[in-house]
Amino acid sequence: MAAYDFNSDMSSIVLNNIDNVATMLCDVKAGETITYTLEGKPQTLVVKDDIRFGHKVALRPIPKGERILKYGESIGAASEFIDRGEHVHVHNIEGIRGRGDAHTQKEVKNS
Amino acid sequence: MTIIKGYKRPDGTVGIRNHVLLMPTVICSNQVVNRIEQQVSGTVAIPHQHGCSQVGKDKERTHQVLVGMGKNPNVGAVLIISLGCEVMNAEQIRDEIKETGKPVIWLDIQDEGGTIKTIQKGIEAAKELVTQVQNAHRVDIDLSELNVGVKCGGSDATSGLCSNPSLGKASDLIVAENGTIVMGETTEIIGAEHILAEKAVSAKVLTKLYDCIRNFEAEIDRMGVDMRGGNPSPGNIEGGLSTIEEKSLGCISKAGTSPLQGVIEYAEPINGNGFYFMDSPGNDIECVSGMAAAGVHLVCFTTGVGTPTGNPIIPVIKITGNERTAKRMEDNIDIDTSAVLQGKETLEQAGKRIFDEIVSVASGSLTKAEILGHQEFSINRIGISL
Repeated sequence: MAAYDFNSDMSSIVLNNIDNVATMLCDVKAGETITYTLEGKPQTLVVKDDIRFGHKVALRPIPKGERILKYGESIGAASEFIDRGEHVHVHNIEGIRGRGDAHTQKEVKNS
Repeated sequence: MTIIKGYKRPDGTVGIRNHVLLMPTVICSNQVVNRIEQQVSGTVAIPHQHGCSQVGKDKERTHQVLVGMGKNPNVGAVLIISLGCEVMNAEQIRDEIKETGKPVIWLDIQDEGGTIKTIQKGIEAAKELVTQVQNAHRVDIDLSELNVGVKCGGSDATSGLCSNPSLGKASDLIVAENGTIVMGETTEIIGAEHILAEKAVSAKVLTKLYDCIRNFEAEIDRMGVDMRGGNPSPGNIEGGLSTIEEKSLGCISKAGTSPLQGVIEYAEPINGNGFYFMDSPGNDIECVSGMAAAGVHLVCFTTGVGTPTGNPIIPVIKITGNERTAKRMEDNIDIDTSAVLQGKETLEQAGKRIFDEIVSVASGSLTKAEILGHQEFSINRIGISL
């Protein structure tokens, strides 16, 4: 996992340059603009949902079935299309591992 | 070289606490040990649900946990209370603990003639054992003797962002002084095992690590369920963790960057220095109890949403990266690393604070869980009740 620096001026953090989600460092309301650092450059993004501290936001559009990347690693797959700025959580992503109900793996791309 | 103040045991091992352990071999003896504990200061009881109607590996696991708790060098003496007709073999438990050279007394409720007589005799025995362990005094001990468990529970997104990586820095400082780090929770390396596997010192260790994961996932398949909801738990999900993979990737940083020297079974004695993985459930109390039985001296426990977890014989240091939790559950949290998230402290600085707390607790300072009397104990089961 790549190293990352916390910057107290940013409202969210991206843990690896290949990630497609950021983690909120504060609560945010739909329509508000958040900030983060990607590849050393400050970025902004307007969020589409209310998102709480510690929860994730999509940095770009993510098609259904595509891997969600955090820490530069797969944390699961999108169970529906997720637009940039949307809250990313249990309602729109699912785990690939520990799935005794195992219907998801067939749907996941690149696996 | 860092020095801690601990107790030298007759077998050469080192303890950081000096408990007299009151051990029921079976659930039927719980009331008797509880009453003895109430009467005699300096004793600690480990009531549990098991000890009978068990066979095979499940029975062996309970036996090993009980023996391991007795052998843990934080225990100066042991009083065993059996019922008399249970599956656990009290005589064998006594003999195995006695190999350490510490005083062990065994009383049997059926032999003594019931609850009152056993409590009466048990109080006298416990008082005698407490008197004996008073002869032990803290002496200078090299930090390399210390086995530190690393565990997380009640995780949220801050666990992976700062409390676990901060603890990882402390783990590296411990291993740099030739100390030992034990990480458990097979459940919570699922999805991150490839990162841990890269640290394995041999193909044998790597294979054993993957076998743990495979066996666990096979059990989930057998049950036909999605882990989510059980792990990550409702609280983890509330805290922002969406899948077991996300939780695991945040979990593994707490062990630091050291090579993985070995993979041990639940409650298997630790036999070496450096970083070890213990095949164990994510369940907080079962995992910490398994670490105590394996010979861990203290546990560093990170939490996001907050938990009061302690253990009867090993101190549990509670660490959070969530500022709100640090304030709201101030009586349970020993170390707040949330300044890292605010950019006001580096992971290295937070890790050094944790390291300093480990040294202080190992030398006798009480954790908040100890001050509040948290003594949670639970034995992992792997078989059916007969």
